[in-house]
Amino acid sequence: MAEGVPFRGGGYEARPRRWVPWLVFAALLLLWHVASSRGWISANSLPSPTSVVLAFGEMIERGTLQKHLWESARRIGLGWALGTLAGLAIGLSMGIFSLARAGLLPLVSALFPIPKIALLPLFILWFGIGEASKVATIAFGVFFPTVIAAYAACDQVPRNLIRMAQSFGLPARHIVWKVVVPGAMPGILAGFRITASIALILVVAAEMIGAEYGVGAFILATGNLMQTDHLVAGVAILSTFGLLVNWLLSAIEKSVLRWR
Amino acid sequence: MDIRIEGVTHRYDGLLVLDGIELAIGEGETVALVGPSGCGKSTLLGIVGGLLKPSAGRVVTAGAPRQDSLNPFTYVFQDFALLPWRTVQANVALALEHHPLSARQRQERVEEALALTGLGDFAQALPKQLSGGMRQRVGIARALVVRPAVLLLDEPLSALDAQTREILMEDLLSIWARERGTRLYVTHNLDEAARLADRVVVLSRRPGRIREIVAIDTPVATRGAAVIAGMRERLWRLIREEAREAEREVQHG
Ligand SMILES: Nc1ncnc2c1ncn2[C@@H]1O[C@H](COP(=O)(O)OP(=O)(O)OP(=O)(O)O)[C@@H](O)[C@H]1O
Ligand SMILES: [Mg+2]
Repeated sequence: MAEGVPFRGGGYEARPRRWVPWLVFAALLLLWHVASSRGWISANSLPSPTSVVLAFGEMIERGTLQKHLWESARRIGLGWALGTLAGLAIGLSMGIFSLARAGLLPLVSALFPIPKIALLPLFILWFGIGEASKVATIAFGVFFPTVIAAYAACDQVPRNLIRMAQSFGLPARHIVWKVVVPGAMPGILAGFRITASIALILVVAAEMIGAEYGVGAFILATGNLMQTDHLVAGVAILSTFGLLVNWLLSAIEKSVLRWR
Repeated sequence: MDIRIEGVTHRYDGLLVLDGIELAIGEGETVALVGPSGCGKSTLLGIVGGLLKPSAGRVVTAGAPRQDSLNPFTYVFQDFALLPWRTVQANVALALEHHPLSARQRQERVEEALALTGLGDFAQALPKQLSGGMRQRVGIARALVVRPAVLLLDEPLSALDAQTREILMEDLLSIWARERGTRLYVTHNLDEAARLADRVVVLSRRPGRIREIVAIDTPVATRGAAVIAGMRERLWRLIREEAREAEREVQHG
């Protein structure tokens, strides 16, 4: 008697099913469309997908989309870059120098948990209601997580690599640039993902508190005017922006961390 | 360059790991250091190469290292210690980059070391693409590229499977047959010690003390299987009881 052994392996491996997400997305859109056109959902609560698309078209035609997007992107770019540069400088110093670590860790730990949007009123007092206070809020919000990520990433660098570098007589600054910084790169890039989303939250919040242009200001204004179609279009812009940044960071990780 | 280890004693937070080590290693000699796990072999190697300060005693050298030596005491590590983001060639070059060499000299030296270790075709590979044996070749090439006066090897083959270990040992022997140099080779593989050492230093279990120093009279090049097996046997008798005891001990640290 020859019987095959019954197969019972496999099972829990995640297999890519590329069409599934699109299918889910399309099904939801369809459901939304049907619900709107049948009047199950009132247009005041949630506009129909077609009206959102029309709102998009209108915004692009009038150039408001570009204007709002540009203002928000500029604030994020500036604030994120400032916060990241300062955060990397401080975080890496804390990772490398015991003195910087001892002196700054308690301070960073105390300031880190403050929701940074709470500081916007203070920054408005300092820098005025204009750009500087918004950029400062974003920079501040990005700064602390970057410090923590960079500092923790330095600790993750294998000690044996540092010992190796010492055993070959590498000067300290070579050890920092050739061993510590590249070794900390995975942790630093992981931090970028977090700070990018923080920057997006803060720019919207800051623009809601006081700005003429910017996606946050736009969403707030359309809400006040009950233009839900434009409002949902604004939210969709944020989602797209977030996806785009994520994709960009993935591409950077892929090329910088090719060695992993 | 001769090395003298004088009364070296070492403690980690009160845990005595090395006790009064006295040892002289002559120029061009290969000394194997064997002993039970945790007896302080790596610690002693760290002290000899200046990576650790002994609690007491000192290591002195006599005579100048060879003129072209860029890093007199150079390590080969058990875990290879390669920078994963650098290619094979760049890993080897790391040891030279802070020395005043022209780009051309550096390149020549790196190529020479890669050729010597059979890595010529892998210059552009990343460590993750290599087998364990190839990775340790990179570790060896990186050590040779600085023309060390003293090579300090801490269980260089222990992370490799048996066949790879055999291949690398043969290669090490053929490299060493061509270049004289002083070598301190830590291993717990008695076969390795019997095959490539001129003398074998047997340490006791922790705290490490020198139990015996066994000289192997037959030169490495002409050492036959019988001599090696006999030596292996003799070494095993020396450390057998100690190793059994050490094995039962609770680990610290
Ligand atoms: N940095 C350290 N701090 C505290 N204890 C340590 C430290 N390094 C090693 N030890 C302890 O000192 C003892 C000797 O360690 P060492 O690594 O020198 O032994 P070894 O002979 O190389 O052992 P193995 O054969 O396992 O490699 C061990 O008990 C170890 O746990
Ligand atoms: Mg060891």
